[in-house]
Amino acid sequence: MYAYDEIDRTLVNERVSEFRDQVKRRLSGELTEDEFKILRLQNGVYLQLHAYMFRVAIPYGTLATNQLRALAHVARKYDRGYGHFTTRQNIQFNWIKLAELPDAVEDLAKVGIHAMQTSGNNMRNVTSDQWAGVAPGEIEDPRIWSELIRQHTTLHPEFSFLPRKFKIAITASDHDRAAIKIHDIGLRLIKNEKGETGFEVLVGGGLGRTPFIAKTIKHFVHGRDILSYIEAILRVYNQYGRRDNIYKARIKILVHELGIEKFSREVEDEWQHIRNSSLQIDDEVIEDIRSRFTYPAYEKLPHMPDELRQAAADPDFEAWRKNSVAPHKVQGYSIVTISLKPTGGPPGDATAEQMDALADLADRYSFGEIRVGHEQNLALPHVAKRDLPALWKALDKLGLATPNVNLITDIIACPGLDYCSLANARSIPIAQELTRRFANHELANLIGRLHINISGCINACGHHHVGHIGILGVEKNGEEVYQITIGGRADENAALGTLIGPGVKFDEVADVVEDIVEAYLALRERPEELFMDTVKRLGVEPFKERVYATR
Amino acid sequence: MPLVNGGKIVDDGFVKLAVDTPLPERGDILVPAERFLGDAEGLLERSGKVGVIWPNNRDIAELVPYLGRIAAVALVFPTFRDGRAYSQARLLRERYNYRGELRATGQVLRDQFVFMLRAGFDAFEVKKQADAEAFMQTAKRYSVFYQPTGDGRITALHRRMQLRHSEGVGT
Repeated sequence: MYAYDEIDRTLVNERVSEFRDQVKRRLSGELTEDEFKILRLQNGVYLQLHAYMFRVAIPYGTLATNQLRALAHVARKYDRGYGHFTTRQNIQFNWIKLAELPDAVEDLAKVGIHAMQTSGNNMRNVTSDQWAGVAPGEIEDPRIWSELIRQHTTLHPEFSFLPRKFKIAITASDHDRAAIKIHDIGLRLIKNEKGETGFEVLVGGGLGRTPFIAKTIKHFVHGRDILSYIEAILRVYNQYGRRDNIYKARIKILVHELGIEKFSREVEDEWQHIRNSSLQIDDEVIEDIRSRFTYPAYEKLPHMPDELRQAAADPDFEAWRKNSVAPHKVQGYSIVTISLKPTGGPPGDATAEQMDALADLADRYSFGEIRVGHEQNLALPHVAKRDLPALWKALDKLGLATPNVNLITDIIACPGLDYCSLANARSIPIAQELTRRFANHELANLIGRLHINISGCINACGHHHVGHIGILGVEKNGEEVYQITIGGRADENAALGTLIGPGVKFDEVADVVEDIVEAYLALRERPEELFMDTVKRLGVEPFKERVYATR
Repeated sequence: MPLVNGGKIVDDGFVKLAVDTPLPERGDILVPAERFLGDAEGLLERSGKVGVIWPNNRDIAELVPYLGRIAAVALVFPTFRDGRAYSQARLLRERYNYRGELRATGQVLRDQFVFMLRAGFDAFEVKKQADAEAFMQTAKRYSVFYQPTGDGRITALHRRMQLRHSEGVGT
């Protein structure tokens, strides 16, 4: 956990008072809606179909229990009793009143949470691996660097009015859980041959209507130079990124139009001017940030405690353990993923009661820490294995023990037409229907790892391009039509999915997914061959045939 | 449109010329980039200060040969959402060591003052009278800054180092 110091607290409080003044000026008419729009966006406030939506940052996905309780409090006091966790380690509240927003922001500031730059054309919340600091084999805790970059990108005087939004993600594991290749800048923490920490820097990833997988711009940037290198990328982008067309304004288009070689030369030129400046970070600065991260005092525990051995007799517990519990770097501990994808529920939603109860469980079983992942699930990062049976019972009572992590019902979906003014089609009802179709966990387990991603419009907030099965809702002649892709993925082997054929109607989507799954089960060489691998081996054709043969 | 300079609302000493406005015999003038580059020597020889209005899509490096002799550079925010001039301002101040007046023009609103000050602007053609009057108050809104820029304000990272070292002395 990073603990704010007086400096961080002061800045957030100053931001709260500025925002309070801005809302006051808007309500008095001193600010026009056009002027206020940008200011509210920079504080995470959107105007949606029915009300204002308020998006709060959970930097690199780490939450303390008092922070989770504060989010529950906001849900209860200012909203309708629930919040929605997003694919970028944010939480959204959908029914907030403008006049009450400054109070909500102030309540969150008290526990070190802010909503700065969670929307708008600026540098967004810095995201990372939700297993940071606990994943076995990790090179180094990426949150130290994430926090450094969070600070550097907060209220940046040069880059707060970029051509378009700008997202940075960091991973420090071989297996990329932060989806860095679909970010404007992706950072992969590595060590050079001297054992020094640095980053492989990727640039120009992003989804939306013109999806691109990020390209490597530099194979190694030393840790001490990372801020100047990021600054160089941003300076090139700020000056040369397109501002004439909102759909061509992301850095991915600039990288594409210039080509990665020319773009990287521009960045290199700029970087040479600024790398030996006050942007250089010395070890002491890194140590200072590191010193404000606290780590649990782990006990020396056995690999296989009696409690776990006894609980193994319960098939429901075992089903959950096998699905939701992952190895921890410290013996005797586990990382527990908490599925926010119950059968029939909207993906990523949690009620205020669930958040409060989860905070209590985290205090009891996870050293007071909770994580938020881009798959719209939560995690308890430090659970002693002996506590797993008791934790499972408690989670089950809260409806938070659905054993479907990474399975077909662990669906990523945007809010879609139920909330969003940009959407062309509904997303949540499609996800809900699919969770009912595949509610049988034995069937889901038989299918194995399979990610479904749903977006309700081309902006791709549900990351449909990188879903193993991607579903994109569009509008055609006043009707919702869904285009289905297969073969996408968001991890270290990131790839964009391929369209299987003409769009299908709302009522047909779940049937089509069933057809695809049946085709896969019939086509796979052996049970261990995952859906992704079968698609890679055979291409889309056999799936297409199966889906369209009877349509 | 009120001009804020040195933190106060002041009279604008410069007359803005368009591309084809006849050149006044005396007095300080602000001229568009194109006109300035077309006759830089002629304009600079004239008595009276010369400033240049520089568009946000033209490379600011073109102005470098003249920076020692011009009195003002006016950068443009066609809308406040367009942030290109922030980069130009920092380049002028931090890379080319420009020390003359650096003026923000266009849609200049209260809520950008702090960013503009940090990027090196010291003069502001403010869109609204109320915003101009609130300048000093708004400029003081923030006391903590995470990024180093040419304005020389101490960053959070360095303030922490200072605190660390002063604590170190006491223990």
